[in-house]
Amino acid sequence: MSELKLMKGNEALAEAAIRAGVDAYFGYPITPQSEVIEYLMTQRPEERTGMVVLQAESEIAAINMVYGAASTGKRVMTSSSSPGISLKLEGISYLAGAELPAVIVNVVRGGPGLGTIQPSQADYYQSVKGGGHGDYKLYVLAPASVQEMSDFIEDAFDIAFKYRAPVLILSDGLIGQMMEKVTLKDQKERMSNDELIKKYGDWATTGKKGRERNIITSLDLKSEKMEARVHRLMKKYEQMKQEDLRFEKIHCDDAEYLIVAYGSSARISQKAVELAREKGIKVGLLRPITLFPYPKQILFELADQVKGILSVELNAGQMADDVRLSVEHKIPVEHFGRTGGIIHTPEEILEALEQKIIKNGHIRHHKTRESSIL
Amino acid sequence: MDILDIIKPENQVFCKTKLMTDTELSYCPGCGHGTAHNLTMEVIDEMGIVEDTIGVAPVGCSVLAYDFMNIDITQAAHGRAPAVATAISRTWPEKFVFTYQGDGDLAAIGTAETIHACNRGENIVIIFVNNGIYGMTGGQMAPTTLEGMRTSTSPYGREIESMGTPLKMTELVANLPGVYYVTRQSVHTHKHARKAKKAIRKAFENTRLKKGLSFIEIVSNCNSGWKMTPNDSNDWMVDNMFPYFPLGDIKVNGKLK
Repeated sequence: MSELKLMKGNEALAEAAIRAGVDAYFGYPITPQSEVIEYLMTQRPEERTGMVVLQAESEIAAINMVYGAASTGKRVMTSSSSPGISLKLEGISYLAGAELPAVIVNVVRGGPGLGTIQPSQADYYQSVKGGGHGDYKLYVLAPASVQEMSDFIEDAFDIAFKYRAPVLILSDGLIGQMMEKVTLKDQKERMSNDELIKKYGDWATTGKKGRERNIITSLDLKSEKMEARVHRLMKKYEQMKQEDLRFEKIHCDDAEYLIVAYGSSARISQKAVELAREKGIKVGLLRPITLFPYPKQILFELADQVKGILSVELNAGQMADDVRLSVEHKIPVEHFGRTGGIIHTPEEILEALEQKIIKNGHIRHHKTRESSIL
Repeated sequence: MDILDIIKPENQVFCKTKLMTDTELSYCPGCGHGTAHNLTMEVIDEMGIVEDTIGVAPVGCSVLAYDFMNIDITQAAHGRAPAVATAISRTWPEKFVFTYQGDGDLAAIGTAETIHACNRGENIVIIFVNNGIYGMTGGQMAPTTLEGMRTSTSPYGREIESMGTPLKMTELVANLPGVYYVTRQSVHTHKHARKAKKAIRKAFENTRLKKGLSFIEIVSNCNSGWKMTPNDSNDWMVDNMFPYFPLGDIKVNGKLK
């Protein structure tokens, strides 16, 4: 039975993992996401569904445990926060290279370095521009509510297994820590080992039985083979762009100005849109739900309709680059965002929109990125 | 009697295990890795457990173990094989899971993963080939490089004062309660290879009985890295490696010797 509950984002995600029939979770504590493993441990998932939950000795060990279970076709996940994700990046690159399905959750905090334990969206570049080494991409889902923290677990695993590729759920300390009502899905049964072997036996290392051996590796010492592997990955990413792009348009039909924001910034920006409309300013909101693939074409088309775009992010300006690339300098694009763990208010966003976009709306010349930040 | 009368399939008394592929080994002639591979595969073959065995290959000379071992293998990131094996064993508790690692992989970059997998008493086998040098990257100093030994990163010999003492990982993990069986073997003679095979067999039997972690160190040579002929490298190993890394059982049935 689906169930309505009041939960923290991190807890909702953990509960959703059990209900989705996830086989294993490996993690290491770090604020502000420790509730994920804490909640899992209180739930005795081994008894509820047979799900394995293990606290690893480090984020590095945890992501390599994910690699191990994923190489045998199990539905496996980990979660962490920014500095911990930096440690996991080698393993994430291996997952991509070895073409393994897995789900990684980043409940982002401010950086660089040890930074702050407060919410941030400063891992945008790390998430969508690679982060780890080599030619790879992550499919990136950005939840904007506790409900989506819960819903995106199943979505993420569906994509991970559709493409045999790692998927990142890019949340932040705000979504992870806040409580909201959430409708939890029904319990799904975990796949049996026999079913798993039937389904993934053509690649997973489950023991050589009635077939040639399976090998999981990201190594190809022959250049031609390695290039073929890279091409295979790029083909997957193209297919993701064609088939699995997700975004939400709010009040865009009559919009003269546009805010682009994801995750918690999208929630706050939605209020800013309402405030603007109360003042008679026609503002729309485009919320990318997937950050890779990115709603490039939608933005390109909206650039013919709106006079300017404000990219609102809890960072010093990262996604704004992708907005600029998408609109190909047809209209001004500015960034607004607080850092250090400070959450921008809807009023601040509206003020930034008025100052940076509306006041300068008539100036339709090309600005350099540097001058737009100043 | 003509020799062709003797060389007939029905007269065959010994052959290469089918769990070794026909791929030419990438190891240098004289290296112990080939024998260590072969013994491991023979044990899995003789126990009839190939259908339930999953290997984890390291980074280092044996990174391509999957080319030679005809079993399901996952190749891990440098040093992380025990973490990879942990997850496979936890999610497939009925399987035989083993790692095959060198000294750089296991005793340097993977120290944390090794110690914690041992400390949790994961039901896996760790086969640790220690030749006191980084072979694949061209002969750099390893944590197990002996005092005074010249490598490309200790060109005037390993100095204890600045580079530390050679790390005895095997003795270290033997002290952890989760570890059930610890032994140090070598494969440079038939006699030693037979003993090593017995040890590997014991380790896999421990997995079957869910006894926890079995740790087998194989002290081996690296004639290329040590810049010696294969025979000289074996003699050097006996004279120099064995006194510091003495052969024999260190922990049996959960009890220190």
